Formats: sequence, C-alpha cells, structure tokens
Amino acid sequence: MSKHTLSVLVENTPGILARIAALFSRRGFNIDSLAVGVTEHPDISRITIVVSVESLPLEQVTKQLNKLVNVLKIVELEPGSAIQRELVLVKVRADNETRSQIVEIVQLFRAKTVDVSPEAVTIEATGSSEKLEAMLKMLEPFGIKELVQSGTIAIGRGARSITDRSLRALDRSA
Amino acid sequence: MTEQASGAHHPQPRARNAGGPQPTATVEHVTGAQSLIRALEEVGADTVFGIPGGAILPAYDPMMDSSKVRHILVRHEQGAGHAATGYAQATGKVGVCMATSGPGATNLVTPIADAHMDSVPLVAITGQVASKAIGTDAFQEADICGITMPITKHNFLVTDPAEIPKTIAEAFHIASTGRPGPVLVDIAKDALQAQTTFSWPPHTDLPGYRPVTKPHAKQIREAARLIAESKRPVLYVGGGVLKAGATAELKVLAELTGAPVTTTLMALGAFPDSHPQHVGMPGMHGSVTAVTALQKADLLITLGARFDDRVTGKLDSFAPYAKVVHADIDPAEIGKNRAADVPIVGDAREVIADLIVAVQAEHDAGHKGDYSAWWKDLNRWRETYPLGYDLPDDGSLSPQQVIERIGRLAPADTIYAAGVGQHQMWAAHFIKYEQPATWLNSGGAGTMGYAVPAAMGAKAGQPDRTVWAIDGDGCFQMTNQELVTCALNNIPIKVAIINNGALGMVRQWQTLFYNQRYSNTVLHSGPEADGKQPSAGTRIPDFVKLSEAMGCVALRCEDPADLDKVIEEANAINDRPVVIDFIVHEDAQVWPMVAAGTSNDEVMAARGVRPDFGDNEDD
Repeated sequence: MSKHTLSVLVENTPGILARIAALFSRRGFNIDSLAVGVTEHPDISRITIVVSVESLPLEQVTKQLNKLVNVLKIVELEPGSAIQRELVLVKVRADNETRSQIVEIVQLFRAKTVDVSPEAVTIEATGSSEKLEAMLKMLEPFGIKELVQSGTIAIGRGARSITDRSLRALDRSA
Repeated sequence: MTEQASGAHHPQPRARNAGGPQPTATVEHVTGAQSLIRALEEVGADTVFGIPGGAILPAYDPMMDSSKVRHILVRHEQGAGHAATGYAQATGKVGVCMATSGPGATNLVTPIADAHMDSVPLVAITGQVASKAIGTDAFQEADICGITMPITKHNFLVTDPAEIPKTIAEAFHIASTGRPGPVLVDIAKDALQAQTTFSWPPHTDLPGYRPVTKPHAKQIREAARLIAESKRPVLYVGGGVLKAGATAELKVLAELTGAPVTTTLMALGAFPDSHPQHVGMPGMHGSVTAVTALQKADLLITLGARFDDRVTGKLDSFAPYAKVVHADIDPAEIGKNRAADVPIVGDAREVIADLIVAVQAEHDAGHKGDYSAWWKDLNRWRETYPLGYDLPDDGSLSPQQVIERIGRLAPADTIYAAGVGQHQMWAAHFIKYEQPATWLNSGGAGTMGYAVPAAMGAKAGQPDRTVWAIDGDGCFQMTNQELVTCALNNIPIKVAIINNGALGMVRQWQTLFYNQRYSNTVLHSGPEADGKQPSAGTRIPDFVKLSEAMGCVALRCEDPADLDKVIEEANAINDRPVVIDFIVHEDAQVWPMVAAGTSNDEVMAARGVRPDFGDNEDD
C-alpha cells in the first residue's frame, strides 16, 4: 500500500465533490484524506486527495478522475518536490501541574496555544502528518479530550504553478 | 464569465452538424420549454421517445407544434430509453428520451445504465420539480442527477432557463464525441415555464472535456513493427470500431496484414462474418477458433475493445503468450484489465487509418509477417470445431434452427435486436452479420427486455429496413407493452419469441452447475398441467392472443415443417408489427462455453467435449 498526493483542479460547479467521492467509492479507491478550497481563480477549486493504492495502479485513479467532465487537471505532488501540510486543533487535559509541560511540547513543535481554561488547553499545529503524529504522541499521556484534523493540502516547490495552464484554458473559453 | 466574448474554437457535436442547421442570427423571446424544443430542433434531434408528466409537462406543449421533432409516446419510460438506444445504434445519431420527474426519471435508470455500459450516445431529458421545491421531498421528486451520476458520462441540473440551449448543445456534444455515452439533462419545471431568450449556436463551455482522437505516431509505428514481427497475431475488434465508423478501414487493415479477425459481441458486423479471415466471436460463448486463437496468439491488436471479463475469462490466464497493442479512445480502458505493451489513445478510425500506412511502410521495407503456419492451425480448429447444433430427437423445433432460418430469409440489410440470454448468443452465432449497425444488443449490462423497445427505436430511425427482434419468452414478458407503441405509431417491427418455457440461460447454468435443480427458472405451466412433454413453451400468457390484443399480427410455429413458411409470412407483412411465437425445445444449450471464472484454455466445444489442440500429452 503506497500513498500518493493528488492535486485536482476542478470547475467550481455544484456536485463536483459528490462526483469525485462517488467515483472513488464506486471504483474501490481508498481516500486517506481530502481537502477542498477555492483557488486564486474563483471558478476553479482545488481538491487535494491523498490516496492509498494497493494492487491497483495510481494511473487508473487519475485516468478515471480525468474522465469527469468538470475535472480540469490532475497533478501528483511528490513528497520530495512539494510542501505538504495538515492542520490540527487538539484539546488536551491540563491542570496547574501539567500545563507548563504541555506548553513546552507546544513550543518544541512550533505549535500554538490558542485557548486556555482551568482544565484544558487547546493547541493549534500545522505541519506534515509525521510531525503532527509525533506531537500528538507526546500529548497523549496528558489526555486528549478532543481532536480535529484537516485533510492534507500540498503545493509544489519552486516558481512554477500548476494552475497556470488550466487558468489560461478557462480564460480562453470564458 | 459567460457574458464575455470568446475567440476560442469549440468542437460542435460531431455527427449532428454536418450539413446541419445554420446559425440563427436573431434572438427569440421564448419560454424555457420553447427554448428546449428549439434547441432539440437545432441539434437535429428528429425523434424523441418519452412520456409526459407533471414536471416535464411545459415541454410537451411546444413539442406539439414542432414539425422537426417527432415524439413517440411509449408505454413505459424504460421502453423510451431502450428505444433511444436502438435508434442511436441503428442510425449512429444521438438517441433522445424524455420523462417526467421522480418515477418517470427513475424508470430511465436501467436503459441509461445499459447505454453507459455499451457506450451508446444518448441524451435523457427529465423534468424536475420547481427549483424552490428541490430538496424538500416534493411530490414526484427524485435526485435523478445523484442517482445517475455513476451511470452517465455526465449529467446536468438546469434551474436557469437561459442555460437551456447551452446545456442541450453540451449534452449532445458530450454524448456523441470521444467515447460515446449517455448524458442526462434534468430541468426544473420553473425553468421550463419562465421567459427567456433563445439564440443558436449557444456558447458552449467545457474546458475539462478534451477527448483525444489523433493517435501518437510513435506508438502506431511500434504497433506496425510488432505486427510485422509477429507469427500469431489476432485483430481483436470491439464495439469502438463500429462507433467510430471504421469498418471500411478495418477491412483494409485486415487484408493488408492477413491476420485473423475476431469481433466481440459488441462488434458483430464490424467485419463481414463471411470473410475468410473472420474466425468468429471471442469469449464465454465464442467460437472455439476465436477463443483458442487469443489463447495461442503472440500479438493482440486490440481495436476499440476493453478486455471485458466475458471475453477474457480468468484474466490471469488470458492470452498468456501475447504482447498487446491496445487502441481505445478512452485512456482509462488502456491498462485497466490487461497491461498494454503498446498503448494507443485515439479514435479507432484514425488509429486504423494510420496503422494501414505504417504497416504498408513495414511491408515496403521488406518486413511482412508470415502467418502461414498460424493459418494452418486456425483452419484446422475452424474445420474441427465449427459452430453447430443438434436437432432435437423428438422432432420439436430447435431454437438455433429458428434463428438461423430467420437470418437466411430476411433481407440482407436487416437489423436484428436481441434480448439477453440463450437466444442472444444463438442470434450472435447463427445469423451472419455482414455490415455495421445490423446487430443491436445489450452487451455490457445484459438487460433482459432490451429487444422489443430497441427494435422499435431502430425501426423508427431506419423505417425502410426490416427490423427483427430476437427475443426470449422471459425477456418478452418484461417490455412487450411497447408493441402497442409500435402498432399505434406505424413502427412495423417483427418479433421472434424463442419460447422454451424457461429462463433458458439460467436454466443452462442450473443444468451444468446446480445439479439440474431448476429453481425459479420455469416459466411454463408445467408438464402435469397440460399433459404434454416437458417443453411446451410458455402458454400463460398466450403470446399470440397477447400480441393480437396489442394490435400486432401474431403467428405461432411449433413444427419444423412450418418454419420457413411462417417466417416468410412475417417477412411479407409491413404494415403492422408481427410476432411469432416459436415453441422450441427447452433443453437446447449454448455451446461453446467457458465456465464463469475459469480459463479460456478450458473452453468446451460442446458438453463434455474439450477441443484437442494437440497439447494433451496423454492423448
């Protein structure tokens, strides 16, 4: 089982997320994480999908995605040449005794304390999934009351942009 | 965005616009419903199969005034969908069906799924509840876009009347280009009722839809090189060749290379059955020669086919010695089931045309494949294991013989539409298909009940040709009500009911794999009920009376001595639909056969007869 990060540029039309989700479930592809948001162009959304591929080649996933009429472009972002980030918000049990230890861990991982109450602190952290996993492991002994994680978003390194050509296509057709 | 000027070129629906309507310079002030009918007129939709209902009702008012669009009122929406499919397959144009919201739309689900599996260009137009009511579980509301998402090439929900012409143009474009397929357009009732403007052609906007039709020259050269090098090539031809209108090119390529040709169930008629290089149909019920040719081949030249499980059998052991050239217009088909050594994305017609040039260049350079030893093997298999059948000992009608005689006695350009089951396979085996678009069937989906409405659609699109539906008594009971539509609309199709009193194909599996336990496959009233031999066919309903009640001429044939006379009687009637109830032997089976899930090496020529390929050392 190997993981791949796909950036999928789509027309910002109703139902596109349903089309993609339905395609993955129908074809038996596994989604590890999914994040959707609008791009610098309001008519284009970008969906970052982390997909686990077993025997089925990744090629089938991208080819089937490409057949969706509202999908404009698919780029696989390799870990070496792309920046990948997740966001977590985590509420950790804290009292006067443990609070300072927790804050120390927060600093170690360059995370932020965003809310404090007598029984808990809420921490905001961004980073690669490995880093966040490591941080959560450190926080676990204190007691995690609540955890919310975003899907991975990713962007390629360097000056080139994957949206350039798709945007031009859209401008021409506008 | 849609208001900006555009200098971009957008391909228009391929088959539709050749010599088609001129752009209308003026802007017409119309209702959404009028806009829809005007758009259908402009894309050249001359025939629509459908049934009105509440949400689609506004569209039916201007439909009444249109002199260009003929609406055929069917008796069930499923019939509308299959009729549109039959129309599309017989004419090469886009088939159109129409239904109202909710149950009207959901009744289209089966034919849409069927068209999706067989890549048939279809546009389904459905009414939807008013846009404000969407999502409120309103009367006759169904999320038909959500329901058909996995079985359409694309679908649209239209709530703005201004979007109607553009959406219809895009729907026809998507349905008919690239790999064809069904497109559903769901239009809210208030959008049909509102005032809007209509001008043609509309500006279409499909930045994410760019089918590749021109094949890559390097891959074509590589394919030609493999063809010249190979010793045992097979041209494995699928429905894509018919869809691309590439049959003339295929014949040239086949004769240039001298390679054997096998045409799949979806491609019958793409290469003349009578051609000496044609080795039959591959797959589960393919000819021994075609199945074996693929198993022993060193090269498959796959054109518009998709390595369906009914063709490959157990995939791991399919064509084990073959390199694969795989040409398809859908990139996702290449490498989906079988890895391709030479992948070619492109339209089958362009691919074959380019291959002809490249193969000729190889020949000119002195590289021509020598397939003489291969043909020696192929001819031996062909002579030893031809398709055939035994006549029943009891003197009753053999279903294969009935179908064979229909094929012999019908005019040469007759269109055949089959249901699904034994009769479908026999129709594939024992009728000779010499030209494209003469064989319509439900290949991928295996939809029982396809034949009668599909034949109706084909006849509506090709009124001057003879159309025979080859149906089973099981299939016939699913969709026969469309004979009423045929009778009332001057669509004189001919229907052969191959009546064995059973769900024959399932019964065959029960005979072979379930110890002759015939659970729920008996359709007749049973031997004890009428005192006759086990096979007396389905008598309840009485198909003759039923067909007569629906306005058809109905005949029955039980004796081989009457066979030709009855068929000729049917062939002579052209003013009404004709139904013949052929009472046939219930134990006839479809052979050859590769049992499901086994290797094609295990093909059985007949029950208990495994062909001898000289590879059994003990023999």
